[in-house]
Amino acid sequence: MSDKEKETSGNNMNRRDVLKGLATVPVLGAMAYGTWRKKRQDHIRSHKLAKELNMSSESLEYTPYKHDGDTLRIGIIGFGIRGTQLMKAAGFAPPKTVQQWKDDYARDSRNKRYTDFLEQDDLNIQVTGVCDLFDVHAEDGLAAAANIGREGSDGTMGTSAKRYRNYRDMLAADDIDAVIIAAPDHWHAQMTIDAARAGKHVYAEKGFSLTMEENFTIREAVKTSGIVYQLGHQGRQTESYIKAKEAIDKKLIGKINLIEVCTNRNSPNGAWVYDIHPDANEQTVDWDQFQEPCEVKRPWSPERFFRWRCWWDYGTGLSGDLLTHEFDAINQILGMGIPASASASGGVYFYKDKAKGHYVNEIREVPDVWNAVLEYPDMDFSILYSASLASNHNRGKTIMGHDGSMELGNSLTVYADRQSTRYKDQIQSGLIDPALPIYTYIPGRKNVDSVATATEQYFAARGLLYTYRGGRRVDTTHLHIAEWIQSIREGTQPSCNIDQAFEEGIAAAMGIMAQRENRTVFWDKDNEQVVQG
Amino acid sequence: MKDTNYTKWQLWSLVILRVAIGWHFLYEGVVKLLNPNWSSLGYLMDSKGLFEGLFHSIAGNAALLNVMDFINMWGLILIGAGLIVGLFTRVAAISGIILLAFYYLSHPAIIGVSYAMPTEGSYLWVNKNLLELLTLWVLLLFPTWHTIGMDRFLFNKK
Repeated sequence: MSDKEKETSGNNMNRRDVLKGLATVPVLGAMAYGTWRKKRQDHIRSHKLAKELNMSSESLEYTPYKHDGDTLRIGIIGFGIRGTQLMKAAGFAPPKTVQQWKDDYARDSRNKRYTDFLEQDDLNIQVTGVCDLFDVHAEDGLAAAANIGREGSDGTMGTSAKRYRNYRDMLAADDIDAVIIAAPDHWHAQMTIDAARAGKHVYAEKGFSLTMEENFTIREAVKTSGIVYQLGHQGRQTESYIKAKEAIDKKLIGKINLIEVCTNRNSPNGAWVYDIHPDANEQTVDWDQFQEPCEVKRPWSPERFFRWRCWWDYGTGLSGDLLTHEFDAINQILGMGIPASASASGGVYFYKDKAKGHYVNEIREVPDVWNAVLEYPDMDFSILYSASLASNHNRGKTIMGHDGSMELGNSLTVYADRQSTRYKDQIQSGLIDPALPIYTYIPGRKNVDSVATATEQYFAARGLLYTYRGGRRVDTTHLHIAEWIQSIREGTQPSCNIDQAFEEGIAAAMGIMAQRENRTVFWDKDNEQVVQG
Repeated sequence: MKDTNYTKWQLWSLVILRVAIGWHFLYEGVVKLLNPNWSSLGYLMDSKGLFEGLFHSIAGNAALLNVMDFINMWGLILIGAGLIVGLFTRVAAISGIILLAFYYLSHPAIIGVSYAMPTEGSYLWVNKNLLELLTLWVLLLFPTWHTIGMDRFLFNKK
């Protein structure tokens, strides 16, 4: 101690005490200052950026579809894999399936299929008819229709629907207002046309049609009848697409020149090599009716019956089945319509081996690797689609523009382009870093999103399974059916109406023609016909 | 309890270490507090190792997740502030050790696991969470808060 300190030792000890006790407190001030500086800088950056981009910051409001009015009476045509999913989305599942979800939930509360199903809105509909050519599937459909309380195996069931062995009888019935068509693609045209003529509203699965000609006949029938038609592209309900449209409209990525979309799957199920039901035989399946629209009649083939997507007689391949999902997603954002030309190629490259147990009797005709290029010279861009059913390498949808690019899935990410004209000054001033997104939209980011199976994850990642409304996770197929039901009640047009469906159908048919005829297929939009280039 | 008789250099080196760790805790807490979208969900879902199931089930329960978020955010802030100003420092250090143990157990640097969250270095068994935990442990055994810190007023009453 210095002499001076010694002189005032009494008070000084207290002061030293206080000084030592509080010696590190100024560090809090430094922290506060540093945090304030950083926060201010971030705020200025994001504020300037937000002003520059002019994107609305709110998450989309959840406006539930209305279910008031009379109970609608629905018939389901086809209760296979997709038919079962559509019925679930409409609020009906067989008790054994609900029991399975219930058991899964009891074992692991993260498996929320059961609670999601219970929480799904009641659409105020009744399933009065079930039509399937396979007895086992028809029985499952009837069980689902009766399960009005969404209960498990021990639940009390309501009155079940009537089983129809031929859909034409269902269409003739008075207690059917609308039908959901989930039969194979080769039946879509005839069933939709017959339903329209019978005045029944239609929700039909994609692909829209099997052949080019059918696109015109379906559109004609639907338009003249005035029924409410919805094509099953549930991606229409995906929230991030709505935000993507806003971003494109506000020119966040500038002049669009290339769009890349893809499909990747890597399982027999994903490649349409489905299981063959052990109870399927000529007694339990109406094979003759199944192949009624086909020119060539074949002997009973369980392989063709269950794996119909693998043959051109019944399916539309990657073009109608999966390109269409991507096409429709881009079409709802850009509204580009039918391409001026399409070229396509591909082959059966992986699922070609009987020895590996891929097939029983016949090897598929439909490619498992397939690529297409759709040209839009009027809009100055190309759409590139590539698909593999034997690799899970995950690729999103990318829309590329001169000023930036956009990656789309359930979430949306926008990056500025290093050579952008629009962002030149901002990139120079450091406001925009091309390596970091300038805009991201992640719906329901605080929600738990642990989906159950690999297939579900695949769809979820592509925005095909769940979307978020008001932070709540919702099945997009449910929303898509709910929209259709509301449109019927209100006499309005749903989002994937006949015009949208027609564009999708033509694009898919052009893709199939291009590959099968090994040529570029051109579309004459004025005369609405395919022409030679 | 009195602090050990340190030399000036020893004392201030220990204090600086204590404040630095406090700073790290506090800033991690403040960042979470200032970000309305922050949630421990992603971190919990990214858990690997022996306790993966436990952390996933916390993430799967919305109520528990909220509690976890709250404890995390305010735990980090209070521990950090406590270490910096030397108030209830013992409690802060022990809580810090417990919190870091949870982080370590949810993301152990064991062979054969990788995490979605990128790391800036390479770790085998020993990672920065473990190092910070061990440092807090040492600080607990070499107390400084009765000399430099507000605990001086609370626990040094004659």
